Amino acid sequence: MKNDNSKNDIPASSNTNPHTIGRRDIIKGLATVPVLGAFSYAWLKKNKIDESIRSQMREVVSLTSQPVELAPAASGDPIRVGIIGFGIRGKQLMRAAGFPEPSWIDEQIKAHAENKQNTNYESYMEQEQLNIVVNGVCDIFSVYSREAALTASNVNREGTSGKMGKEPKQYKTYTELLDAPDIDAVIIAAPDHWHATMAIEAAKRGKHVYCEKPVSWMVPETFELVKTVKEKGIVFQLGHQGRQTESYTKAREAIQKNVLGKINLIEVCTNRNDPNGAWVYDIHPEANPSTIDWAQFIGPAPFHEFSLERFFRWRCWWDYSTGLNGDLLTHEYDAINQILELGIPGSVASSGGIYFFKDGRTVPDVLQVVMEFPKQELSFLYSATLASNRSRGKVIMGHDANMEISDRLVIKADPESTQYKTKIEEGLIDPNTPIYSFTPGKKGADGFATATEQYFASRGLLYTYRNGKRVDTTHLHIKEWLNCIRAGIQPSCNIDKAFEEGISAHMSTKALLENRKVFWDPDKLEIV
Amino acid sequence: MRIFAYFRKDFFRFDVYKPIIMFQKENKINYTNVQTFILVTLRVLMGWYFLYEGIVKIANPDWSSFGYLMDSKGPVAGMFHAMAANANVVVAADWLNMWGLALIGIGLMLGIFSRLAAFFGILLLVFYYLSHPPLASLTYVMPQEGTYLIVNKTLIEIFAMAVLLVFPTGHIAGLDRYFSKMIKKK
Repeated sequence: MKNDNSKNDIPASSNTNPHTIGRRDIIKGLATVPVLGAFSYAWLKKNKIDESIRSQMREVVSLTSQPVELAPAASGDPIRVGIIGFGIRGKQLMRAAGFPEPSWIDEQIKAHAENKQNTNYESYMEQEQLNIVVNGVCDIFSVYSREAALTASNVNREGTSGKMGKEPKQYKTYTELLDAPDIDAVIIAAPDHWHATMAIEAAKRGKHVYCEKPVSWMVPETFELVKTVKEKGIVFQLGHQGRQTESYTKAREAIQKNVLGKINLIEVCTNRNDPNGAWVYDIHPEANPSTIDWAQFIGPAPFHEFSLERFFRWRCWWDYSTGLNGDLLTHEYDAINQILELGIPGSVASSGGIYFFKDGRTVPDVLQVVMEFPKQELSFLYSATLASNRSRGKVIMGHDANMEISDRLVIKADPESTQYKTKIEEGLIDPNTPIYSFTPGKKGADGFATATEQYFASRGLLYTYRNGKRVDTTHLHIKEWLNCIRAGIQPSCNIDKAFEEGISAHMSTKALLENRKVFWDPDKLEIV
Repeated sequence: MRIFAYFRKDFFRFDVYKPIIMFQKENKINYTNVQTFILVTLRVLMGWYFLYEGIVKIANPDWSSFGYLMDSKGPVAGMFHAMAANANVVVAADWLNMWGLALIGIGLMLGIFSRLAAFFGILLLVFYYLSHPPLASLTYVMPQEGTYLIVNKTLIEIFAMAVLLVFPTGHIAGLDRYFSKMIKKK
């Protein structure tokens, strides 16, 4: 390329005066401009084709519902709250309500210092203040009781070296806490065998209740709780924070618009594979008969001599627990009940066993539950294992399409669909590609995502973490409860929903333990 | 040793203030018609490719570099992850990618500031290569359209772009033709 006499040596060849721009220069200078024209034409044409496909797809699936944006917490007098139970869940609930343990704050700051990608601390500090004050705490393990009081005084969300506010009173028994005149509402995070008893006592005293799931441990107390809550008119919220999940709202709308066609099968799952997920929780080193009020722990349960395993890992025994049915099936059931308004199943069959965790537990670690809903003409299948992590989604199957629900929502047409037959034949719908996909936080709301976006989103690498903002659903669920107390209305997971959840879980347990199919008698309101 | 002198003196001389034609003269580069045609075509194709990548991102309100940065693996992944962790850096990276790609594309396609465009094109491509190096042990979330080992499309693009940097054509068939003349006039 070193030919000095090249035709492209501009000064010598383009025109006689090397410093003026001649006709030839103008033509050569603009030589590639037509390519930009071709580009623009191709781009506009592609957009037109894309838009035409999108608008045709919008006719197939168009979901317009927006998540109910909760009003900001009211100013004025704070709601005076008490907390019963400060174990793993109690700590999480207090955090979600705006009161973190100082040591937890230390951990988050440290985690961020070690790994800048960890923005838990930052997002936590941005969590809205709910305008509540914690006036009483109760835990029958003295260490937890002290921690609860300290946490409740952490009004500024500080670490261990921070300045704390006034500590609330530590109550020895839950009844004393419920009797306190300076408490309007209670958060119950005690073991399952205490839920309904405590909630009933709270309701009797006119205290509003946020109760962890499941709603009850035994069948009769479920009825009594419903009666008491309704009589006293308190605001009751059951702790299924999934109620605040945006994709469930979209799923509900899609089903109401008959996008799936006739729904006939629902498959939901639990897949865990670690000791913590199987309820083998740590035993606190300071725990012993003198720091734990064992008699109060036993409460309505059959007597058993003092046992640290039973105290900390109570979920493993039917004596205190409701097993997978109450702990995890209920979350899945409530999610579907929220989307489909299933109500109580007509019948339930169940089987399972203790196949992996041979640690003396009495509740199964592998469980299958099949609920039949004759009115809706569909089966609800729950399948759980605590010893394999293979991910299985939450799937609603219809004749025309199926829907997979997580934080996201993906709807795919069925190749044999009647509703979409023509569109599939025309090639407009590809059964292998979603006809609708929703990712929370996505700005473009028409439900279409590129392949790359879908890959990233399915791995949680899109939108949800954007700007480090991820709102805790438990926080929203507590906030909804508090807003309802202020407004004098009932929240999303109210006592009616709680009743349906409780009875469904009890039917599953009964079917498992009695090794038979059980039925619901809607007239007599009885499990038979 | 001449080659080193060349690199030292001129390789990085991408600035617009120096007319391309002088760069070409000093380096005694002159093309035959076939050479010109091929170089201009390569430049226009690279321009199209970059412009489209930019326009697609600008047109998508949800596009973000975040997922791509987070998906980074290899020896310098830490830097890209740190970028993703900072919301402001992500916003800046988004902006630089969207408009950077589009402007580089226009520069190459129209032959305007074409060496500057090629230089920044190389810069972006080097970032892409380093963030997703095709090493034997690494797999990515991002779907790949082929199988690569060390050498991938991005690395080849870097060198295609380097060809455009050292064999400029904007002053022959492109708007740089006016610039080079006007600047030389002064």
